[in-house]
Amino acid sequence: MENELIQWLSQPGLTHYLMIGALLFCIGITLVLTRRNVIMILMGIELILNSVNLNFIAFSRFSVITLDGHLTALFLIILAAAEAAVALAIVLNIYNRFKTIDIDEISLLKG
Amino acid sequence: MELTTLLFYFFSLLTIGSAIFMVFSKNIVHAAFALMFTLLGVAALYVLLFADFIAATQILVYVGGILILILFGVMLTTKGFTDNLKTLTTNLRPVSVVMTLVAAGMIYVLLTTTWPVAEIAEPEGTITGLGTLLLKEYILPFQVTGVLLLVAIIGALLMATKVKHQQ
Repeated sequence: MENELIQWLSQPGLTHYLMIGALLFCIGITLVLTRRNVIMILMGIELILNSVNLNFIAFSRFSVITLDGHLTALFLIILAAAEAAVALAIVLNIYNRFKTIDIDEISLLKG
Repeated sequence: MELTTLLFYFFSLLTIGSAIFMVFSKNIVHAAFALMFTLLGVAALYVLLFADFIAATQILVYVGGILILILFGVMLTTKGFTDNLKTLTTNLRPVSVVMTLVAAGMIYVLLTTTWPVAEIAEPEGTITGLGTLLLKEYILPFQVTGVLLLVAIIGALLMATKVKHQQ
């Protein structure tokens, strides 16, 4: 039993990487749910996107030996960059109008 | 123990540790730097998974682009000087309890599932294959992403310049 555990620990396989991805995902969700600063929430979303990417790359390394996972990860990185640019422009607009980026204060639907 | 195993554990500890630091740090700039270490750790994990091009792209785009954008956002949206960089945390205790349970459930599912594992091929560079795929099978998504980036740039510019007219 212990030997099996040590054997399992000493050979990082697909499960190890998927576990790292799951932990990163949960930490990202925690950041999104607990923080009240819009920029911190954006950082949480970046963590979630990274965990997804890690899963794609891990599967394309261990399960399917093709490069499709790599390409999906590449497109996801591009999407994350576009999302960050637009989101930060929106955050700057919010700051200019409300003078705060605390999401509890930003409660108007019609500015 | 092999070197790659040690490297795997080192970089996964770096990734998860600095991500947890982000959750508990009060200062937003400290959190941004912890995010940098998380992203670098994920890039190193990509290298361990033989994804060299994705790792380089991760460092260039995330650490060099998105993190700088986030730091600019922090600088442009804080009033006064450095003592206002503290951020509020609400509901930390219930959310972390729930997310720990969710993480435990996910890890249980991951450990009890048998995944289809293929024969591990010899590692070789991925750049040639990626370039061929990108210009053959994936030419349409490639072009659509270009259009998406153009639209995102125009949208961000429009929103950022509209701010000046309102004042």
